Amino acid sequence: MTVLDVRSLTKGFTMHHLGTQMGAFDDISFSLNAGEFLLLKGRNGAGKSTLLRTLYRSYLSQSGEVLFHSQHGVIDLARAADVDVTYLRRTEIGFVTQFLTARPRVSAEALVAEPLRLAGQTAEVALEQARHWLGAFGVKQELWAAYPTTFSGGEQQKVNLARTLILPQKLLLLDEPTASLDVAARAALVKRLAELKAQGTAMIGVFHHPGDVAELIDREIDLTPDAKPKEDREDVAI
Amino acid sequence: MMDAPKIVTTRPLLIARNVSKAYGDVQALSDVSATVYPGEVLGIVGESGSGKSTFLRSLNLEETPDTGSYTLDLPDVQGNLFDLDRYARRMLCATKIGIVYQNPHLGLLMKHSSSGNVAERLLVAGERRFSVLRDKARDALDASEFPLERMDAPPIELSGGMQQRVQLAKAIALEPALLLLDEPTTGLDVSVQALVLDTLKKLQQERKITMVIVSHDLGVIRTLSDRVMVMRRGKVVEQGLADQVFQDPQHAYTQQLVHAKL
Ligand SMILES: Nc1ncnc2c1ncn2[C@@H]1O[C@H](COP(=O)(O)OP(=O)(O)O)[C@@H](O)[C@H]1O
Ligand SMILES: Nc1ncnc2c1ncn2[C@@H]1O[C@H](COP(=O)(O)OP(=O)(O)O)[C@@H](O)[C@H]1O
Ligand SMILES: [Mg+2]
Ligand SMILES: [Mg+2]
Repeated sequence: MTVLDVRSLTKGFTMHHLGTQMGAFDDISFSLNAGEFLLLKGRNGAGKSTLLRTLYRSYLSQSGEVLFHSQHGVIDLARAADVDVTYLRRTEIGFVTQFLTARPRVSAEALVAEPLRLAGQTAEVALEQARHWLGAFGVKQELWAAYPTTFSGGEQQKVNLARTLILPQKLLLLDEPTASLDVAARAALVKRLAELKAQGTAMIGVFHHPGDVAELIDREIDLTPDAKPKEDREDVAI
Repeated sequence: MMDAPKIVTTRPLLIARNVSKAYGDVQALSDVSATVYPGEVLGIVGESGSGKSTFLRSLNLEETPDTGSYTLDLPDVQGNLFDLDRYARRMLCATKIGIVYQNPHLGLLMKHSSSGNVAERLLVAGERRFSVLRDKARDALDASEFPLERMDAPPIELSGGMQQRVQLAKAIALEPALLLLDEPTTGLDVSVQALVLDTLKKLQQERKITMVIVSHDLGVIRTLSDRVMVMRRGKVVEQGLADQVFQDPQHAYTQQLVHAKL
């Protein structure tokens, strides 16, 4: 069952103050099925984050299509209306980055519970689940009701993981989610990803230590320019 | 151009189309269009003189543009609102739209009590029972995180930040369908700005009020908005999802604004 079908996606940046254009990636095509895990590789600056952000529509592509098979039908995320993108981000597409967007005077547990509440869960169930996931990622119980704005980078990242992984999504994008994590939290993350994968979540991820997720990887794409001939760039079996 | 919505079937609350307004030789607005869905926050950013306030005053029906249309999808509200007469405009604004101005003198009676300022708005909308007026005024001030022990003080005796909270209480007292904010934190001390922004964020999160907020300050717009519209010299140069406009601005002017801020 296809979840994502990317066709000839091309992204560059126009830097108006310099009067220059810079290509980020060119003519990328791949498709991804439910429960598949795609690893993005490539040296620094190869365009891994750019690709993820373009799929999420934080960046605008120059050409190509990002056909997402949502519960409501196939929609091209590259051209979809803003409200549809906002809706899908809340319901079907998750993005795990290295940074938590903390909000003033919102507790860690409230922040983590929010996606469930927005999805229609009762406040009690959402809170109970939130606490479960905060615990699972190793956030100390004393911190659950505190405001993450004051947390350390590692603690914030655990809250971030709990929040972004609490609700199973159809498509999950991951941009170096383990960068500031201790070993135990990394293991908890891999466990959760394996669970989500088994439930059918399709994933595209960039990992600092790809070894962490070796068991989950189905395919790889290397974005390093000329890393491989284009014909071989997709569907590389490992 | 982005496609029309395919999944979200809710109708937009606000649709403004091709709004233009000239003051003599100054074209304050040229063909400005905006769509806002229920519960969304639209942020409008641009340097001083770009037409932001003129657009917001138009949405508050204080200004009659030369051309353009404006509709709100609300019960008993029909047609192009720019065509309404003064009385109908006043009734609509009194009951459905709240506004917070940069300058509290525009929004408040500075020598009346703060609670009275809020109650006055409820009175205009038809509430006559004293106890209800007082309770609702108190609730609105409380939601705006105004210190209730000062609710009988006149705004003139309050700090700028507190005056903005009174304006905010007045604007939300009637649970408006649309909340308009024109530079609500501009001119306040930085630390006070942050507190007022916090309150706005909290209100937005808890009440899901549909908002249009205007500011020259990118930080304010970034903190509050779901979608962003960038204006320059009366025109919309770019609009999109807030994260996209800030992370991958397309227009030269937006890039300049974003880079100047970083
Ligand atoms: N918002 C942006 N504006 C301009 N250039 C950008 C932007 N984001 C990324 N880039 C550029 O695109 C290239 C790819 O960056 P990135 O996707 O972050 O690489 P990676 O994640 O593989 O390290 C880099 O040269 C980077 O400077
Ligand atoms: N009532 C008015 N009479 C004459 N000119 C006006 C009036 N209001 C605004 N303008 C002019 O219209 C332009 C846009 O102003 P405004 O909407 O206040 O911009 P902004 O809020 O973005 O700073 C400016 O050139 C301003 O001088
Ligand atoms: Mg990166
Ligand atoms: Mg103004």
